[in-house]
Parts: sequence; C-alpha cells; structure tokens
Amino acid sequence: MISSRNSERIATAIFYLIALLVSVLLVALIGYILYHGLRVINWHFLTAAPQPFQAGGGIGPEIFNSLMLLILTMLLTVPLGLGVGIYLSEFARESRITRIIRICIESLASMPSIVIGIFGLMLFVTILKCGFSVLSGVMALTALNLPVMTRLAEDAIKNVSKDLREASLALGATQWQTITNVVLVAAIPGLVTGVILSAGRVFGEAAALLYTAGITTPALHFNDVNPFSNNSPFYLFRPAETLAVHIWKVNSEGLNPDASQIADGASAVLIIMVLLFNLVSRWTGSWLFNKKTGQ
Amino acid sequence: MVSVDVSNKIGKYTTFACAILIITITMSIILLITYKGLAIFTRDGVSLKNFFLTTKWNPDATPAEGGPFVGAAPFIAGSVAVSLLALLFSAPLGIGIAIFMAEISTGWGCKIMQPVIELFVGIPSVVYGWIGISVLVPFIRNHIGGMGFSLLAGAIVLAVMILPTIASVSTDSLRANPADIREGSLALGVTRWQTILMVMVPAAMPGILTAIVLALSRAFGEALAVQMVIGNAIRMPTSLLGPMHTMTSIITMEMSDTVMGTVSNDVLWTIAFMLLFISFIFILLIRTINRGRTAMR
Repeated sequence: MISSRNSERIATAIFYLIALLVSVLLVALIGYILYHGLRVINWHFLTAAPQPFQAGGGIGPEIFNSLMLLILTMLLTVPLGLGVGIYLSEFARESRITRIIRICIESLASMPSIVIGIFGLMLFVTILKCGFSVLSGVMALTALNLPVMTRLAEDAIKNVSKDLREASLALGATQWQTITNVVLVAAIPGLVTGVILSAGRVFGEAAALLYTAGITTPALHFNDVNPFSNNSPFYLFRPAETLAVHIWKVNSEGLNPDASQIADGASAVLIIMVLLFNLVSRWTGSWLFNKKTGQ
Repeated sequence: MVSVDVSNKIGKYTTFACAILIITITMSIILLITYKGLAIFTRDGVSLKNFFLTTKWNPDATPAEGGPFVGAAPFIAGSVAVSLLALLFSAPLGIGIAIFMAEISTGWGCKIMQPVIELFVGIPSVVYGWIGISVLVPFIRNHIGGMGFSLLAGAIVLAVMILPTIASVSTDSLRANPADIREGSLALGVTRWQTILMVMVPAAMPGILTAIVLALSRAFGEALAVQMVIGNAIRMPTSLLGPMHTMTSIITMEMSDTVMGTVSNDVLWTIAFMLLFISFIFILLIRTINRGRTAMR
C-alpha cells in the first residue's frame, strides 16, 4: 500500500504535469502557427488582393474587412451593452422585467454562432434586403457580442464601491450624474480590459459571418472614400469576407494552389492580433488603474 | 440646458430602451428559427419519426422516388458523439488545471496558467480548424489509420477548444469554497491530496458540473473548426477513424446550396431549431444544478 505521504507526492506531481502539458500545448500551437506563418508574411502578402485561381495572392482586403467589421461592431455593442449594464445594475429593481432581460442575455449568449449567422441570412440579408454585406455582418456580430458586453459592463459597474456612489449622492448629485461622472469613470479600467478582450473574439469570428458578410470581396478602390459609392471600401452594402472567413474558404473551396501558405499566413496574422489584443488589454488595464489610484 | 431631473429620466429611459432591444433581438431569433424550423413538419408533412430516427438523407428526392429523405439521425448522433468524446478528453485535464490553480499552486502557477487559459480562449476557431487540418489529420492518417478526417480529429480539436471553459469555471468554483472547510480538514490531520479529493472537489461539484455543461454547450454549437476536420460524410458515427457529419457542419455546408422554401432548405432550419432547443436544455440544466447550490448554502 502506498503511504499517504507518497500518494500526496504522486498526486501533486500529476497536477504539475497536467499544467505543464497544457502550457506546452499552447506554446506549441502558437509556435507552430507563427513559425509557418511568418515565412509567408511580407508586405505584398499583407496588402495585395487574393488571387482566386493562382498562387501569389495576398490578404489585404480581408485584413481591412476584419478591422472595419470589428470597429463598426464595437461602435454598436459598447454603447448598447453599457446601456443594458447600467440599467440592470443602477436603475432596475429585481422584478419580472429584469428576470426576462437576464434570461434573454443568457439565451443569446448560449446560441451557437452558426445559428445567429443563418438568422442574419434570413432577417438582414433576405428580408431587410441588405444582401451579403458589411451591414449584415455587423448586425450578426452585434447580436453575438451584445450579451458578452452586457455582462462585462454589469460586472465592471457592480465592482465600483458603494461608498463612491453614496458620497456622490450625498453631495446632491442626481442618480444620472452619479452614474456618468462617478460610477462609469471608476469602472473604466474594468470596462476597457473587457472590451479589448472581447474585440479579439469578434476579430476571429467566422461562423456568424459566412452567411451575412459573405465569402467574397469586390475590388476595393482605396482612393474612393465616399461611403455611398459602390466601389468604396467604406460602402456598407458590399460583401466583406474577413480574415477568419478567408482561412475557412481557401481550405474548403481549394481553388488556390497555395491554399496552405495562405492559411498559414492568415492564421499567423489572426494569432498576432489576438496576442496584441491580450497584451494591450493587460497594459491599458493596469495603466488606467495606476492612473486612477495616482501611482 | 436640460434640467438635471430631465437628464435623469432620459438616462433611465435610454438604458431601458437598450434592455428592450436585447429582448427584441433574442425573441426575434427564437421566433424566426422556430417558425422556419417547424415548416418541415407543418408544411412539408415530414413526420417527427422520419426526422429523428431515420438515417437516409436526400431531401431533393421527389415523392415519386419515395422522398424526400430527411433522416437527421446521423447529424444528431454525430454531434453527440464528437461532443461527448471531446468532453471525455477535456474534462480530466480541465478539472486538473482548476485544482492546480485553486489548490496546489495558487501563487506563480496561477500567474502562468491564467494567461495560458485566456490565450486558448482567444485563438479563433478557424485557426484551431486549420491546425487540425495541417497537423492532426495527417498525423492520424499516418500513425493511427483511416483518412485522418474523422470523429477522433474532431473530438481532439473540440477538446482543446472547450478546455479553457472547463478550467476557468471549475477554478472559480473551487475558489468560492470557504477556506474553513479546507482548514477544518487539514486540522483533522487529513493530507492535502485527501482534502482536495474528499472535501474541496465535492464542495465545488455544482460549479464543476456547470463547467461541464457549459463546455458541452460550446462543443455542440461549434461549427467551423469541427467541420474542417471531420470529413463531412453523411453516415452514423460508428468508428473513431471514420468521417462523419454534425448538426452544425451540415448547416455550414448546405445552407448556400439550397433554395429557400424547398424541403432541402427547410430541413436545415429544423436542424438549427434543434441546436437552439438543445442550448435551452443546457441553460435549464445549469439553472437546475445551481438552484440546488443556493438552497444548500
């Protein structure tokens, strides 16, 4: 029989092993992607348009589309999510309405993204006649990201200490003044960290976009910045294949002789962006915290 | 200038409008998917038995040929198989990491594992799918057998993707245990390992179960990473190394090839409705698990 002391040692060793194994797996995954991807990435690859039937195309428009969809989605979800978060944590008393809101957030959060994608196909693309477009994609991503943002906002606001709130109210500020001038300001570090982290997820989303933003991109004329002109990159009713969707497409259509190099390069760009989002969210989080506490 | 009282009211109603919007979005998704999803039974006259229990798939077959054949059993069984297998791989590792972070190495170990888990979450699903295609599939083909595109490949990719969910939710739950019970157990002369196994893990069980259900829910809903590596063959998942299909992968593959209003399109909406339905069952499960917990404390 193993003594309790030895079994203690063995168990501890096993847990260290599991942690090591998982960390090594992550390093291997990221290392593999970067190693293969960085050999492909150069200025031409990052800026040129894809070539459907021949080798040598780039991912320029896809990077642009990903960033455009990300920014527009964030412009919609941050205020909306904040609004719901403020309502739930500051204004609403627990009631049937708040229960319904919470059930809706929970349901929306657990919906598979492909289901949100084909909902977008039906409502935005077909019924509202937006077609496969930037706008349809942004609306699908908004539905996907809104529950995340709402929870984030509610948590960040709830973490603000009660004293601050009461001090502000005691000074004669109204509830709304307290929220905008005290509570939100105090919640900023938590909010910013969460927003940037969720931006990483929106950037990598593909399933919800296949049937909303589409899997093609027209030729983009970057000298045409009028958002109402059909050739403009900023035109909201053009299809916009993103980077993540592009990785899926080159693999499933197999029309490119250099599909695996494209997928390697595009994956590396995605991973680098995700790493950046992670680092930036950490830095800004602690920077804002230090600034606020005056260190 | 707007008076303070009015600005207070405006603020309250604006934020309430945001809340109403989130209800509207959720309701419209549920209603639309349900409406489209039931058409196959109401308009196309397919029986429930046909949809759930048969395995023949040819929605375009005309009634003269005996069609349409809309047996969704291979997709449902495929989703169940790949998700449960992924959970089997992932749960021990995820719970192990949670115990490591919450009980064993709460200092530097935790500082390392926290970002590791966050990065696993951050890697986009198409990148997991691409690594699956370029590394895992050839490995299975060359060293284990079959074509490589298989149930096994899908389960391994999914296992990595649900690992952070299991690890982080279980960690939170272990950390939420009151310190008294650990100290009580240690004071009785019980070793650390016995304390973890006999006291801490059982006390955190509702949270660990929640983690598992959340992970299953994520596994069921994942579309592209799985679709890229499972081979997409319409058959029951009878072998680990054989190609298969899931509910999400058939929607991904066929939605663009079918015309709205046809049986072959309607049946995809029915599968989407099933996915939605399953995600509600998971929510109910989590609520049931946690209702027990609040009652206990």
